Amino acid sequence: MLRSFGNTSFASLIGLLIAAAAIALTAQRVLQHDASFFFQILTIGVADGAIYALIALGYTMVYGIIELINFAHGDVFTLGAFISLALFPVFGLAEGGSGFGYVLPLLAIGLITMALCAVVNVTIERVAYRPLRHAPRLAPLITAIGMSSILEGAMYLWKGPFNLHYPDLLPATRLDISGVSIGVKDLIVLTLAIVLVVAFTLFINLSKLGKAMRATAQDRDAALLMGIDINRTIAATFFIGAVLAGAGGITYGLYINNVAFDLGFITGLIAFTAAVFGGIGNIPGAAIGGLLIGMVRAFSDSYFDSSWTEVVIFGILIATLVFRPTGLLGMRVPEK
Amino acid sequence: MKRLSKLVREQSKNPNAIAYAAMAVAGLTFPGIAQFATGGNADYLVSLAADAGVFVLLAIGLNVVVGFAGLLDLGYAAFFAIGSYTYGMLASQQLISSPLHTALHVPFWIALVLGMFIAAGAGALLGAPTLRLRGDYLAIVTLGFGEIVPRFFRNMREWTSGVNGISALDVPTLPFWITGPWANTELAIEQNFRFVTFNATAWYVLIVILIVASVIGVNNLHGSRLGRAWMAVREDETAAAAMGVNTVNTKLLAFAIGASFSGFAGAFYGAKLSLVSPESFGFVVSITILSMVVLGGMGNIPGAMVGALLLYAVLYKFLPDAPLQAASLAHSLGLDWLNTVVPDGWPGLGEFVSRLKFIIFGLILVTIMLVRPQGLLPSRLRAQELKRGVHDEPVTTVP
Repeated sequence: MLRSFGNTSFASLIGLLIAAAAIALTAQRVLQHDASFFFQILTIGVADGAIYALIALGYTMVYGIIELINFAHGDVFTLGAFISLALFPVFGLAEGGSGFGYVLPLLAIGLITMALCAVVNVTIERVAYRPLRHAPRLAPLITAIGMSSILEGAMYLWKGPFNLHYPDLLPATRLDISGVSIGVKDLIVLTLAIVLVVAFTLFINLSKLGKAMRATAQDRDAALLMGIDINRTIAATFFIGAVLAGAGGITYGLYINNVAFDLGFITGLIAFTAAVFGGIGNIPGAAIGGLLIGMVRAFSDSYFDSSWTEVVIFGILIATLVFRPTGLLGMRVPEK
Repeated sequence: MKRLSKLVREQSKNPNAIAYAAMAVAGLTFPGIAQFATGGNADYLVSLAADAGVFVLLAIGLNVVVGFAGLLDLGYAAFFAIGSYTYGMLASQQLISSPLHTALHVPFWIALVLGMFIAAGAGALLGAPTLRLRGDYLAIVTLGFGEIVPRFFRNMREWTSGVNGISALDVPTLPFWITGPWANTELAIEQNFRFVTFNATAWYVLIVILIVASVIGVNNLHGSRLGRAWMAVREDETAAAAMGVNTVNTKLLAFAIGASFSGFAGAFYGAKLSLVSPESFGFVVSITILSMVVLGGMGNIPGAMVGALLLYAVLYKFLPDAPLQAASLAHSLGLDWLNTVVPDGWPGLGEFVSRLKFIIFGLILVTIMLVRPQGLLPSRLRAQELKRGVHDEPVTTVP
């Protein structure tokens, strides 16, 4: 592709105008309601967005390194919620009491869940994507959809088609900061997500393995010549992505308290939108994209009509690619 | 006669000719054989076959986009929805309750063409700004479009009745129709014929005619200048542009022509079911059609058709029937304990088998791609690509 329509400043300008109009419209709606409602919606949006950010990181890392939309990623996220749900009775955690005694078991559950999700994701890569690495793009895309269906099917077989209640273990107290009420629950979710995102960004920027990942993403053959073990690096990418998705699954369960076997499909698509919005292949971009999409969702749900929310989000997906294919923070991916 | 036998001998080694011949024979004889085999109760089977025909049409259309032009479309069901809703709104009482306050009753034959053009227009509208994008960005855009369109129809309650969908659609009419033993009746000519829902054979004949027309059309396109341009763009866009192919227009035409097939498939589907609801056009439908094309053999028309028929049979006949059959098998083997439902535990064999459907669908997709990525009936060119890869091989592979 020699010249992309999206790179011209004219297209960017139209995109900016659309974004400005959307923001103005939202601001007008916001001003019709009182400020405390606004802050309540904002915290919900940010906490929701933090979960999307956790999932979006996995999408963006995998896309950055092998240019594959890993459709199974959203289901690895659901798997995290399901595994942790099954582990609660094992560790003797039940709804009702919450306190510092719950921190250690929760941490243990978290670690086991993340490890299991990572094993599943690495296995998927080994079985379904690695043999097709030199095949045309469509081939791994189809196996990704197949793997997504298999994971959903496994969870369906396990728990059936029901909405499952996820124990509400986070404190329900709300802090009152100068008239603005903020839930402790939202704060915990946000902190958790920020800690994980920052930790993994540092890991990718500073560690040797992270450097290998970035090198592989830039040019696989050159990385190979520099002595990087490509297979191991790609497996590590899937491992880290799944760890974050597993953490996202637990966080989602604790925050929303309701999971179902096919939750990963729509959540995954929204998180993928976040990754594209932030600039696919760009790690801080995915985090920011996740937060923004979470806020768009919360605002659209409460200030506009919730039945249009998904239309708005997928509209953003298309608009991003049409007007600014590199996303907000952008990474130029050459056509191979 | 001599020429015919020569033709048969020549073509007997050509898998495409064999597939076409087999499908033609099966297509012509299916209603008769089905009625004979079931003792005249085959209406359900014939109706199912007519529904399968809709997916054959969809697979032929998607094959133009994905197989010929190499454009990845993950939201093909959106155009199917547009075709269905076009017919639903133009040929029912629906628009009385809309702000228009007038019901339109466009005849089916005209609506079929309209649905085709509107879907093609939607394809061109979506394609114009996005076809300049990199290959997999296009896949993402179509994915988003495929998610938006059904939700849009669901939310436009004034026009489309929202989740309930549009029901009681007009049926096609013809001045006369020939019926006979193949439909389990006496040979006769009916005047002022109406395609009522329970007349499965009529719908079957109609879809077979539509499919034959589409196959002839697409085959001609495939060999035309435009078809060769599609192939060139698919293989190497830069080289095609250097050879004087207008790549953007070529891709846009592939997108619009592909969409037009799902447009009229949608009109047929709506008319036959007499119901158009936003739930029937989700991502799963897009993926199913894509899998049909890939299973059959991308870029090969009879391949896509065979893939559509096979996958349709598995997904809409064998899998829905499997739970009951498994349960009765367990019963006849004296394993009734398998069928007892344990609360919060074993759901019973039938339910268990029906819950396996996602895993089976996933396994089909993964296995095809790993074992035979070129599909059952591949186009020779695509088979080579899929076998040898299109990317530069690494200088060396680490053992």
